[in-house]
Amino acid sequence: MRNPLSDIVVDIKPSGIRKFFDIVSEMKDAISLGVGEPDFDTPWHIRDEGIYSLEKGRTFYTSNAGIKELKEEICKYMMRKQGISYNYNKEVLVTVGGSEAIDIGFRAMINPGEEILIPQPCYVSYEPCAILAGAKPVIINLKAENEFRLTADELRDAITDKTKLLVLPFPNNPTGAVMSRKDMEEIAQVVLEKDLFVMSDEIYSELTYQGEHVSIASLPGMKERTILINGFSKAYAMTGWRLGYACGPAAIIEQMIKIHQFAIMCAPTTSQYAALEALRNGDADVKAMRTAYNQRRRFLMDAFRKMGLECFEPYGAFYVFPCIKEFGMTSEEFATRLLAEEKVAVVPGNAFGDSGEGYLRISYASSLENLKVAIGRMEQLIKKIRTAKEGI
Amino acid sequence: MREELLTVIEKNSRIGLKELAVMLGAEEIDVVNEMAALEAEGVICGYHTLINWEKTSLEKVTALIEVRVTPQRGQGFDSIAERIYKYPEVQSVYLISGGYDLLITLEGKSLKEVSNFVSFKLSTLETVLSTATHFILKKYKDHGTVISQKHDDEREMITP
Repeated sequence: MRNPLSDIVVDIKPSGIRKFFDIVSEMKDAISLGVGEPDFDTPWHIRDEGIYSLEKGRTFYTSNAGIKELKEEICKYMMRKQGISYNYNKEVLVTVGGSEAIDIGFRAMINPGEEILIPQPCYVSYEPCAILAGAKPVIINLKAENEFRLTADELRDAITDKTKLLVLPFPNNPTGAVMSRKDMEEIAQVVLEKDLFVMSDEIYSELTYQGEHVSIASLPGMKERTILINGFSKAYAMTGWRLGYACGPAAIIEQMIKIHQFAIMCAPTTSQYAALEALRNGDADVKAMRTAYNQRRRFLMDAFRKMGLECFEPYGAFYVFPCIKEFGMTSEEFATRLLAEEKVAVVPGNAFGDSGEGYLRISYASSLENLKVAIGRMEQLIKKIRTAKEGI
Repeated sequence: MREELLTVIEKNSRIGLKELAVMLGAEEIDVVNEMAALEAEGVICGYHTLINWEKTSLEKVTALIEVRVTPQRGQGFDSIAERIYKYPEVQSVYLISGGYDLLITLEGKSLKEVSNFVSFKLSTLETVLSTATHFILKKYKDHGTVISQKHDDEREMITP
């Protein structure tokens, strides 16, 4: 029999997260701080709207790009949050989660061999999606000394004459890093100068704890060069609804819609109606969740300080990214010991790229009670390791 | 800080001051002062415990009583409300808009105790025109907390 598989797909490395997941799922009583989704339930009024839409019999396909009302609400949201004016009819596409938008965005923009710049550590999908789109992914290793922000110099150094697109994943999963307006302006300047495009993944935009999130698309000349990706998963605790969207130049969105209509048809109808309610009446929910996350974030930073564990203060998403290099172990070794000896699951930083080696992603999308217990256990392990080291 | 502090302690009044300060990103001394001010101003009225009495061996009956009254000249509903809330078995008294005037929640040891209160104490008040008593059969949610239902975390252990 012939080989039934695609070489390109076979060559893609399986996710480092998956590997760790298999170990963790064996341990039933472990506390997990490895979860990359909100611990809150979707606010009831949003769920209720989903139920209501089912009751009304809205069980059919919607138009490919999404229902008109939702696209209009997305445009209003972009205007009120970022001051960016999008045309609902031509510049917005409702997708199956932000992830679909990443995939089809790459596919709509890339010719074989063109390069996509991917700053790491980052969400695990960009690199494989880039490869599947026929691009050559070029990794930019972000540095702890810059608090894992992308600098203009790092960007400049990575650009070749094949570079087409920059992925800008801030607020960042897994580091929690955010980019200030000034940081964004410096990046935008290089992008304009070198005639690049940007895919700005802003799925965590509502979860920033110092100042407001700044979208690079809101900077002069950048709307024309940016595919802005956002969605409902993180802001409204709607991960399972699988609903995101892309906003961008009509020419790119038009091609994305083409892929979307052939591969997906349309995003789930129930989710679209629920999302409409989220955008119309969900601001207070977002604020309440953001406040709770911020309290947990402060608790963790305080706990790390007391433990003497090195960690820059992240102001976005719901992750902290402490450094464990002092223990002379790899991230995986540390995470494995933390799980085996103290029954706390975290994700080794290297699962998000080589530059995450020496770090752990700790998610605070978990109740304060859980965090307290888990951090207490982590401290136990750290004491044990430090005592053993002193013994030598 | 005030609003965030109140939101936190409304759900958990037992939280330590040190921890509260960390969570709010404030100095401990400022939290102490703010709490004292809130108490002095009567914003914080007490620190209570939400108890599911059904899980204890103690028998308790709770009733909601709608009361129609004649307001009194110069005092409106205040003096009649006061006469009612002074009974220790009365848990709360609200002035209500709509079909009746006062809503009372009452706690007693038995049905009989509650009905005795209504017949002998409440209905006999001169200004009370009528009452309607509703016994609570089951509490599903109280003070924003869902009673008795434990919520499991259904998320996958590790997700990207």
